[in-house]
Amino acid sequence: MLGPERMRQIIQRLLAHSTADQTEVVLLSEDTNLTRFANSRIHQNVSERNVQVRVRAVSGKRVGVASINDLSNAALQHVTENALEIALLQPENPDFQSLPAPKPLPEVDAFVQATADCTPQQRAQAVATICKLATGNGLIASGAFTTSSSEAAIGNSLGVFAYAPTTLSDLTTVIMSDDSSGYANVASLDVRKLNAEQVGREAVDKALRSRKPQPIEPGEYTVILEEYAVATMLMYLAYLGFGALAVQEGRSFMVNKFGQRITGENVSIWDDGLDASGLPIPFDFEGMPKERVDLITDGVAKAVVYDSYTANKERKESTGHALPAPNTYGPLPGNLFLKVGKDSKQQMLASIDRGLWVTRFHYVNPVHPLKTILTGMTRDGTFWIENGEIKGPTKNLRFTQNILEALSAVQMISEETRLSRSFYGGIRVPALRIDRFAFTGVTEF
Amino acid sequence: MKEIAERALNAAQLQGASYADVRIVHQKTQSILVKNGHVEALSQDENQGFGVRVVVSGAWGFASSSMLTLDEAAQVATRAAQIARASSLVKTADVALGPPEVHVARYQTPVEIDPFSVPLEKKIALLLAADGEMRRAKGVAVTESNMEFLQENKVFASTEGSYIEQTLVESGAGIEATAIGEGEVQTRSFPNSFGRQQGKAGYEFVRDRKLVENGQRIAEEAVALLSAPPCPGGVTTLILDSTQLALQVHESCGHPIELDRVLGEEASFAGTSFLTREKLDTFRYGSPRVNIYADATIPSALGTFGFDDEGVPAQRSPIVKDGIFVGYLTSRETAALFGQRSNGTMRADGWNRIPLIRMTNINLEPGTWEFDSMIADTDDGVYMAVNKSWSIDDKRLNFQFGTQLAYEIKKGKLGRMLKNATYTGITPEFWGSCDAICNKNHWHIWGLPNCGKGEPMQAAHVAHGAAPARFRNVRVGIA
Repeated sequence: MLGPERMRQIIQRLLAHSTADQTEVVLLSEDTNLTRFANSRIHQNVSERNVQVRVRAVSGKRVGVASINDLSNAALQHVTENALEIALLQPENPDFQSLPAPKPLPEVDAFVQATADCTPQQRAQAVATICKLATGNGLIASGAFTTSSSEAAIGNSLGVFAYAPTTLSDLTTVIMSDDSSGYANVASLDVRKLNAEQVGREAVDKALRSRKPQPIEPGEYTVILEEYAVATMLMYLAYLGFGALAVQEGRSFMVNKFGQRITGENVSIWDDGLDASGLPIPFDFEGMPKERVDLITDGVAKAVVYDSYTANKERKESTGHALPAPNTYGPLPGNLFLKVGKDSKQQMLASIDRGLWVTRFHYVNPVHPLKTILTGMTRDGTFWIENGEIKGPTKNLRFTQNILEALSAVQMISEETRLSRSFYGGIRVPALRIDRFAFTGVTEF
Repeated sequence: MKEIAERALNAAQLQGASYADVRIVHQKTQSILVKNGHVEALSQDENQGFGVRVVVSGAWGFASSSMLTLDEAAQVATRAAQIARASSLVKTADVALGPPEVHVARYQTPVEIDPFSVPLEKKIALLLAADGEMRRAKGVAVTESNMEFLQENKVFASTEGSYIEQTLVESGAGIEATAIGEGEVQTRSFPNSFGRQQGKAGYEFVRDRKLVENGQRIAEEAVALLSAPPCPGGVTTLILDSTQLALQVHESCGHPIELDRVLGEEASFAGTSFLTREKLDTFRYGSPRVNIYADATIPSALGTFGFDDEGVPAQRSPIVKDGIFVGYLTSRETAALFGQRSNGTMRADGWNRIPLIRMTNINLEPGTWEFDSMIADTDDGVYMAVNKSWSIDDKRLNFQFGTQLAYEIKKGKLGRMLKNATYTGITPEFWGSCDAICNKNHWHIWGLPNCGKGEPMQAAHVAHGAAPARFRNVRVGIA
């Protein structure tokens, strides 16, 4: 850990070195540890300590970025000069206006000492618990256990200074037999909240219940999507259209839809980087405070997220969703939430005559971004439902589905939620019962 | 560098390592993106550090640091040993690497023009010119052109006595035009999708790409696609261009032949493989026309290097011969399980990652057909080109791809342009239906700089050579 004062000193030194009109420094320090296991043994066990300095130099309307991971005086001077040199070499960008000015920053407590202190032995013990559960049931365990601590400090020559330490722990397992598999995952700021026994039991249960899968015909089915599957679906929806640049360029499904219903009334989606039940962070990569943004409320398209570049274009304020510069994809929401309902997954199951239970999706990608059509596979626990009960496992299926249409056919929403890691943060969502979900193919296992 | 390497290896041995290696890496990257007529992003990034991989008590440990000092080298090696001891708490057998690999060598990517010696103004001018050509097309909404250059200097040293220095240089460039209509977005890119075509080469690789000459054409194609009819659904004959076929090889052959996947080591993340061990030398992967090989020695190809990150020399090895599956990509540890030597495919995405089995250049051998003859020989079907979307299951069997561009084939001629074309299949059935492959005049090798694998995620730079090929009875037009 470098700590706030050391990071402030480094940033101030860099800003003092810079002769650019405006300068921004992003300083990221991380200590990441990962224990991977497969075939019920630890096969990869790694540790990384790194510090990255990223400098954005502005000369008029010209912007250059340079980075380095060396904190020596010579390196810091070099990276500052390099960023300005790059800026001076290019033509003006008429759309660039300014780096952001400082704003008051919220307090967020996202650092847990126990996570930062977690040892390889502690991770090995958790892995051993899962492997023992698997082998005790004649199954094979694989997975990964991450613990990390990071510090982010962002400062600019207009007076922005933001510092936040964070931690993360994440435990994933896939338990397999020769014809089945089961999945479980848990993520938290606090490693003490990860229960390896519970994670192992959930995945072992799925692996045992999904043995001898049977093929079913592709087609439209009623589905229960577990939280894992919903999280993946929502992350891709956010990637396709919840950022301001996607709207400004006309490639978002939100274009010309603000104020209109685009999903069922029971669907509300928002981004909130300050919600302690997610993986909170007080500011973005420009040091701007995270604001809650209601993206879809009661099915109506409401808003998208902004960084300073896209906000300046519309004379708006940044909502605190900038990604690291240079970023040509635009801002993204990294802390998504989907409003809960009143039901349990058991109630959803009991309500379905014929349908499918999907644990998670695999290798999802957009087919038609503007129409929000995604394709991907089911994985690690797909079951046929008949008369309100699970009748047995099915072979995995390929879906090709318009996601907004799926969110217009949500009939039940679970009261419980799960937290998963997302592209840039965390996502907390419930399970959904969706009445029409298109499966276009089936695989052999 | 040698002192740091020696200090790390000595410290590892003092900690009881039966094997240790160290990689010291310095990377320099330059990225330029021009968007809608102006420079949108220009960055130069440098990073350096070292990683120490050890076997202690029969188990693996790895630690890395960005601080290149002798004291840090000893501390990181000690931390790697501690981690290995923790790994040994959950092991089933001791790590075995097979016979030692001892090489003292130096390798450098052959380059005609050092890309970092070319002035930025010249690079920007080329991109702006290509961007200007794209913007000549009426109706185009977003234009992007980009270049990327990389230089990686790395030292590999091991307790077996290897000391290998490598300088790898990459250059890449590409352009992309997007047209937006009512409820429709259509994109065309050149020379390939995924941002650019990239190779292990100097600036000459970018200079020769003809970005400016192709700008207006692809932008006009993007606009034309808005009003093109959608690809109809059905089962038909499919001809793929070499760029899409390169991705087909990547997803349905390159990944399932990674022996770590086959052995379950990526099961919880990327998945496993349908090409299980009993299938080696017996399984019919494709039709007798299908021959695929791995080759890390092809000049200018993105997956080319001198030695892999276990210090094993770059090699060529067969994967599919006359349609029969005959080879995996291996590491020292996985090859030893079969009593073989590694075919040199372990690569790490920087100093802070462990090496994994990665594709090198995985290539479909050319056939005998001229492209025009193949079209003329096709009574009814669809020609698809340049990837737009991709997805495949976790054993690499059921796939679905979409392409930017498609044309109907009617009575031996290319007909109407079609939009939103997709096709789907099961890997061995699909390759089994391959009845024609174009000859070497149509064969190109395509760099793919974003192959993801592992946790933490590592992006490998790989390539695939292919010529257009024809497949029968393929389901198209899924969405």
